[in-house]
Amino acid sequence: MVGHGMTGMLGEDGIHVDMNHLKKGEVNLGTSIMAINFNGGVILGADSRTTTGAYIANRVTDKLTQVHDTIWCCRSGSAADTQAVADIVSYHLNMYSIVNNEAPSTQVAAALFQELCYENKDMLSAGIIIAGYDPKHGGQVYSIPLGGSLHKQPYSIGGSGSTYIYGYCDKHWKEDMTEQEGIDFVRGALQEAIKWDGSSGGVIRLVVLTSQGAQRHLYLPDNGYTGPGVTN
Amino acid sequence: MTGFDFSNYNRNAALHAKGVPLPKATSTGTTIVGCIYDNGVVIAADTRATSGPIVADKNCEKLHYIAPKIWCAGAGTAADTEFTTALISSNIELHALSTGRPPRVITCMTMLKQHLFRYQGHIGAYLVVAGVDPTGIGLFTVHAHGSTDKLPYVTMGSGSLAAMSVFESMWKPNLDRDGAVALCAEAIKAGIFNDLGSGSNVDVCVIEKDKPTQLLRNYIKPNERGEKERNYRFPKGTTAYLNQKIISKEDMRKYVSVEEASGDPNLMEVDI
Repeated sequence: MVGHGMTGMLGEDGIHVDMNHLKKGEVNLGTSIMAINFNGGVILGADSRTTTGAYIANRVTDKLTQVHDTIWCCRSGSAADTQAVADIVSYHLNMYSIVNNEAPSTQVAAALFQELCYENKDMLSAGIIIAGYDPKHGGQVYSIPLGGSLHKQPYSIGGSGSTYIYGYCDKHWKEDMTEQEGIDFVRGALQEAIKWDGSSGGVIRLVVLTSQGAQRHLYLPDNGYTGPGVTN
Repeated sequence: MTGFDFSNYNRNAALHAKGVPLPKATSTGTTIVGCIYDNGVVIAADTRATSGPIVADKNCEKLHYIAPKIWCAGAGTAADTEFTTALISSNIELHALSTGRPPRVITCMTMLKQHLFRYQGHIGAYLVVAGVDPTGIGLFTVHAHGSTDKLPYVTMGSGSLAAMSVFESMWKPNLDRDGAVALCAEAIKAGIFNDLGSGSNVDVCVIEKDKPTQLLRNYIKPNERGEKERNYRFPKGTTAYLNQKIISKEDMRKYVSVEEASGDPNLMEVDI
């Protein structure tokens, strides 16, 4: 499966290795992800497609990853890189809550993500959106694009499918939406992203983060992404 | 010192730049699958190992032991799947001894993904991890770059597309043991017959709750070599000869010393 035709070239200043070649066969999250603020907290959303080249390696992927009770992230880019980063952040937040005897804020989580993404920017391909709810600051959405910068935003979209829905989101976005309005906004946007982006597809997964904790939603393509709705 | 020795890397790269081809690794150009059922999990694999276009081994084992109730199916570079699973198996055993608890599938999966991520895909191990532990039934795939997936049925290797087409058309929820074994064997057979990199026999491993693990080596042999109806052996006396001369032992003794062989004089002695 993995070829051994590695091309090592000897230049005047040493050996040059083609990084694009080495990274071939990597599992990618050609993705549509987003997170929004609403009046009761935040909503994260994602499609469920992971690809290796033209093959769909997983059609029901969970790209919404929990790093603390009510701090979650949306992952896009390399599956291996984003899983590794999320695992490390998850470990640190767990330790933080034990040492300080209180839950970390969303900003702390976002800062940890940024540290890892910025310091290792030349080794990572990871575009991550962090969204969380804490009693002090309410819902917050942060995005960390490829270079490792950190942006606090009212809502954020990411992944290859996001390019198709800038117009949709700009037109339909409102401040202080209700939970149902928020869900409809995210689901509608992701539905468009999946429709137009070949690298996105499968089911739509949502997570709603409020003072009541985390609640998952699942929307299937069988019935035009109308249900079954709320799970666990 | 642990880990890899890179001291020959620069030499090899320089030789390669001058036109020396890199050595070929044995790939398990493989079909491996896994499927959970109501009371456990089944994994299966074909048994062909290839080195480029050559079948290096017609009946190799791709089902690797990790712990008594955690097993791994490996695709990719044969040596890497072998050594990675052996390493994690060792560490899992030490971990089980240190905690005094049976090892968990998710622990094994995490150790594998962290090991493979550290080597950035240079360790070409593509694995299906399966097992039963006190938390329940586990089935994961681990890719060489360190990404993992959790699914009710999985396929990997060059025959994964053929095998997945079987799962996607025949899988149904709440399978029983025999149904899961039959489905996995059918998926491997799809790989054996439709993928050039896969072939020979089907190996199956059943890991069940409250039962010892069953390794069904060569569960199906769909490629048995048939008995040839004819052969190219010439019968005695085929070759004509003009004359015959027999040199007796006594004649030989005039020139060399001849010793009697012990035992049956009709049997030829063979070096061990």
